[in-house]
Amino acid sequence: MTSKIRHYIDIATVLLQKDLKVRYKSTLFGYLWSVGHPLAFALVFFIAFKVVMKIQIDNYALFLIAGLFPWQWLSNSMNASPTIFLANWTIIKKINFPRNMLPFTLVLQDMVHYILSIPVIVLFLYIYRKTPSLNWLYGVPLLLVMQFSMVYGLSLIISSINLFFRDLERLTTIGLTLLFYFTPVIYPETMIPDRFKPLLTLNPFAHLIVNWRNLLLDGTIQPILFGINFAYSLLILWGGYMIYRKLCWRFAEVL
Amino acid sequence: MEPVITFENVSKTYPLYHHITGGIKNLIFNLYKGIEAIRNSKYEALHDISFQVFKGETFGIIGKNGAGKSTILGLVAGVLKPTKGRVTVRGRISPLLELGAGFHPELTGRENILLKGVLIGLTRLEITGKMDEIIRFSELDDFIDQPVRIYSSGMLARLGFSIVASLNPELLLIDEILAVGDSEFQKKCLERMAEFKKGGVTMLLVSHSIEQVETNCDRVIWIENHRIKMLGSPLDILSKYPY
Repeated sequence: MTSKIRHYIDIATVLLQKDLKVRYKSTLFGYLWSVGHPLAFALVFFIAFKVVMKIQIDNYALFLIAGLFPWQWLSNSMNASPTIFLANWTIIKKINFPRNMLPFTLVLQDMVHYILSIPVIVLFLYIYRKTPSLNWLYGVPLLLVMQFSMVYGLSLIISSINLFFRDLERLTTIGLTLLFYFTPVIYPETMIPDRFKPLLTLNPFAHLIVNWRNLLLDGTIQPILFGINFAYSLLILWGGYMIYRKLCWRFAEVL
Repeated sequence: MEPVITFENVSKTYPLYHHITGGIKNLIFNLYKGIEAIRNSKYEALHDISFQVFKGETFGIIGKNGAGKSTILGLVAGVLKPTKGRVTVRGRISPLLELGAGFHPELTGRENILLKGVLIGLTRLEITGKMDEIIRFSELDDFIDQPVRIYSSGMLARLGFSIVASLNPELLLIDEILAVGDSEFQKKCLERMAEFKKGGVTMLLVSHSIEQVETNCDRVIWIENHRIKMLGSPLDILSKYPY
């Protein structure tokens, strides 16, 4: 059993090293890119909603960053998921190894980039004369684990099914765009009209983003929201693994 | 004698997935036809195959293209599952390898050695310890730090064989590999294979060329039309094999 875990860890390490090496080949620039993308988005939304439409939210730039950074992790992982097995067909067809390590390291890699971007959030907190809360010490790891499970579960679903149903790649892109606007990333959940609020509970990402933002901006942790988030994460992870397990033995046939 | 590989009445059919992968549009527009097609379109790659390979044996598989040879290798390697029957492979303690395959085109030769090593179950420490030996054997020199996609097929074969040659396999799968690479390197490979043979390594050699099989194998199976046509010594088969 321990040798199996060691095997998994070794695979994850080698795959992660490989991905990070490619990404950070020119170290400074590589890092700037992973931060620059959500920052550029933040700028666009800031101009559109604060400068032009004069939305009534204090510290809107900070508000945007606290939601867009975790969203960036989520959307990067999901957008790369459909092709993760396709891109590695040469090894899947020839070597019998735990294939779920591919989506696993994919999501892990994006998580690492997210963690590396947290200092930028801290910087913005200081610009707006706020300080990180002590609650971060356990809140951040908890949310990292919950988001990881959720995104990894989804990644397993998308990457596995896409091998048999290639249209899923397009659907994922469209679905993510829709979900972005249905999730309170660029607006607070409190602005949603009352009759639509129940729908929000159905969106697992909504809880995730609200939890992140509350924690990052004010250091607050709402146990109920964390609980729902946790339940969703477990459910999605379990569902993803079941689908993967049902389909994985056919991967080498369809690639 | 202890069998390392056992095939018991193994059949393998592939559903023809292109009906689904052709997209939802096609499926919806031809719904009835589509569903019927999915249900009925099957391709039988192997039909009722049984054989055993014993420890230390060099076992050849010959047949025309598309006869089902590579499916047998896939089943042994564990990347495919039989539709019917049973495949048992013992001696998985040491890595099971297939030559010249399973490289990632975007990674360098060196990174591929590491990746392949961990995928087949070695630890990173074991591989880095053998890295220099592998690179020396491959004679790839400066190319070892270039992405594998720019390698010639001969260079790929070198890389593949070098990994195998240095990792002490217990069971070795060889798929049409000795046809590429220059004669000097081929000789080096054959020498190493002879050493393996002395060391009791079980080898499975797939080829469509009877000469290769004849000089290297103890026993040969001839696959024709997805079935076993003959199983016997290379000489027996040589006299019947027309290709």
